[in-house]
Amino acid sequence: MQKSAAEETAVYRATTHSKTQFLFDNERFLGTIFLAPAVIYIIALVGIPFIMAITFSVTDVTVGDTSLDFVGLQNFRRIIQTPQFQRALKDTFLFTIVAQIFVAILANILAVILAQEFRGKWIARMLIMLPWATPISLGTIGWLWIFDSKFSPIDWILQYFGLLGTPDAIFGASKHLNFLGREELAMASVILVHIWRMLPLAAVILLAGLTSIDSDLIDQAQVDGASFWRIHFQIRLPLIFPIMSIALLFGLIFTFSDMVVAFVLTRGGPVYYTQVLPLWAWFKGIDGGSLSEGAAIALFLFPLLLVVAILMLRVARRSEVR
Amino acid sequence: MAVVEVKGLKKHFGNVKAVNGVDLSIQKGELLVILGPSGCGKTTLMRMIAGLERPTAGDILIGDQVVTHLPPRARKIAMVFQSYALYPHMSIFDNIAFPLKARREPKDAIRQKVEWASSILGIQHLLDRKPRQLSGGERQRVALARALVKEPDVMLLDEPLSNLDAKLRASARDELQRFQRQLGITTIFVTHDQIEAMGLGDRIAVMYAGQVRQIGTPQEIYHEPADTFVATFLGSPPMNLFERNDCLVGFRPENFLPPGVLQPEDKVTAFPFHVGRVEYLGSDRLIYGTIEGAAEQNKTISKLPSTITVDIEPDKVYEFVVQAKDLKFFDKNTGKRIEPQPLD
Repeated sequence: MQKSAAEETAVYRATTHSKTQFLFDNERFLGTIFLAPAVIYIIALVGIPFIMAITFSVTDVTVGDTSLDFVGLQNFRRIIQTPQFQRALKDTFLFTIVAQIFVAILANILAVILAQEFRGKWIARMLIMLPWATPISLGTIGWLWIFDSKFSPIDWILQYFGLLGTPDAIFGASKHLNFLGREELAMASVILVHIWRMLPLAAVILLAGLTSIDSDLIDQAQVDGASFWRIHFQIRLPLIFPIMSIALLFGLIFTFSDMVVAFVLTRGGPVYYTQVLPLWAWFKGIDGGSLSEGAAIALFLFPLLLVVAILMLRVARRSEVR
Repeated sequence: MAVVEVKGLKKHFGNVKAVNGVDLSIQKGELLVILGPSGCGKTTLMRMIAGLERPTAGDILIGDQVVTHLPPRARKIAMVFQSYALYPHMSIFDNIAFPLKARREPKDAIRQKVEWASSILGIQHLLDRKPRQLSGGERQRVALARALVKEPDVMLLDEPLSNLDAKLRASARDELQRFQRQLGITTIFVTHDQIEAMGLGDRIAVMYAGQVRQIGTPQEIYHEPADTFVATFLGSPPMNLFERNDCLVGFRPENFLPPGVLQPEDKVTAFPFHVGRVEYLGSDRLIYGTIEGAAEQNKTISKLPSTITVDIEPDKVYEFVVQAKDLKFFDKNTGKRIEPQPLD
C-alpha cells in the first residue's frame, strides 16, 4: 500500500528527536555544567578578590575614601620600611618553619607508634585527630586559658614540682611565667599551638603512607639485617617521601597564611613581637581601614605560597607517574 | 652436619594451627623443597625459620645455635620473597649492597662482593638501573644476588619462580639448581608446584594442614608415598585410589596398562576396566573409566604414552593390569601406608 506524502512526513516527525532530548548524553554539555560550580567558585572567591588586592595595593583606597587613585608602588615602599612589617615578615617565616620542623619529627614518631598494634588503638587515633577536628579559634581559646598569666595550669604544675616560684627555682622566683607577656615565651606559645594544630593531619597522612608500604619490603629489610632505625630512615622514609612532602607543604600553607592563632593568643603582642603577615594585613587593612596597605601586605604572602603550590603540584605529579 | 634444625615447631594464630608440630633437619649444601597446597603452613614455617614470625612452641637451630627468639638480623640467613621485594627507590647496586651496608662492611669489600654476586647471576650491566626498569627474570636475579652477597648459612626461597612466565620458569629452575650446586649453599625452597619440587629438590618435605606428611627424595615421595594425601597430591593425573577388602588400594595412572604391554613374566593383577572417555594429549593418552565391581563411583584414569598404540574405545570393558610392585596399600581410616595385602 502506498503511503501519502503527508503520512510519511508525520512518521518522519515522530522519529526525529527534539534538540534537548539527549542533552544529558552530550559529554560537552555535561562537562560544562559539572565544572561550572567549581569555576564559578574559584572566580568569585579567589580570582576576583585576588585581582582586587592587586588593584588596591597600587592605589590609595581606604575605607573612608573608596576612589581608586593610582599611586604606583608607594604602599609597598612605605610598608617595607616599618619595623612592624619587618618583624611580621620574620615571624611569619620563623613560626612556619620552626613549627613544620617539629611537626615533621613528631608526626613521624606518632605515625610509627600508631602503625603498631596495641589495645585501644582506635581511641588513641581519635584523640590524636581531635585538634584537627576542633575549630581553630576554639582550640586556640583553650590554649589561651592554658597560657593565662594568672591561672595557667602549666604554672601550677611547675610550682608543684618546685620548678617555679621559689627563690632558687629553675624557672625563676616569680609565681607566674606569664607566657603571652614575654617576647620569647609568646613566640614559643604561638609556635606550640601551630604544632598542636598541624600535627594530627601530618601524622594521619604519614600513617596512611606507612600502611601502604608493601610489608614484604620491611620483612626483606629485616632479613637483610637492617635495624629498626636503618629500616625507618633508608626504607620507610624514602618510600613515603612524596606523601610526606605533601603533608609538609600543606602544613606550610596552613601555618603561613594563618592569622587566627596569633590573633586569639596575643593579637600580635607583646608590642608587635608575635606579629605575622596575615594578621598585620588584617590590622592595617580591615581594622585600620587602610585597604591599600592591607592589600600590599597580604600580597607579600603571594610569592611564597605560589612557590609552595608549584612544589605541591610537582610532587603530586611525580608520585602519580610512579 | 645439620645446618638448620626445626624441633616440634608450632604456630597458632588464634584457633588456626598454621604450623602444628614440624620436625625438620636440613643438611649442609642440601636443597630442601617444602611442598604443599596453599594454606598448608609452608610459608609460615619459612617465616619462622627467617625470624619474621615468633613460634608458639618448639625450637629452631641454625648452625647448632638456638635462634628461636633471635630477630632476623641475628640469624645468618638470606631470603628471597615471591614478590622479590626489591627496594624501589634504590639502584640495583644499592639493593644488592643493602645487607652488607647493614653489616657495616667497608666500602671496598661491598663493591667487590656486589660485583662477585652480580657476575655469578649475569646482571653486572644492570647495576645502575632502578628495579622498575627491569623485567621479571632480571628482578629475580637481583633478589638472588642480594641473598647471595650475604654468604648466608642458609638461603630461604619463597616461591621465587611463580612470578615468571612458564617458559622463563623452566630455564630459571635450571639455572637456580646449577648455581645452588656450584656454590653449595644450603637452601630451603617453598613451593606449591610439584614439578618445581620434583625437579629441584634433593629432598622434598610434603606439608599439609600444618604438618609434614612425608620427607624424602623425589623418587621416594613419588613411588613410596607415606599416605593418601601425598599419593594424590603428587603426580598428574593423581594416583588412582579405591577401596578393596577394608583397605585402600592405589596405583599411578601410568602403571595401569592394557595387557600385552608388559612382559609375560611380570607379576600382575588384572582389573576389568570400563572405559568412559579417551583423551588424546599428543604425547599421552588419558583413559577415564571405572573399575568394574569394587569401586563403582571412583573414577579411574590410565595414562598411556603414545608408544602404546593399542586400540581403546569408549563404552567397552578391557582387562587392564597393574604390576604387583606398583600397587600401594593404605589404611582405610588413617590413610597411612600399610603392608601389601592379598587381593582376590
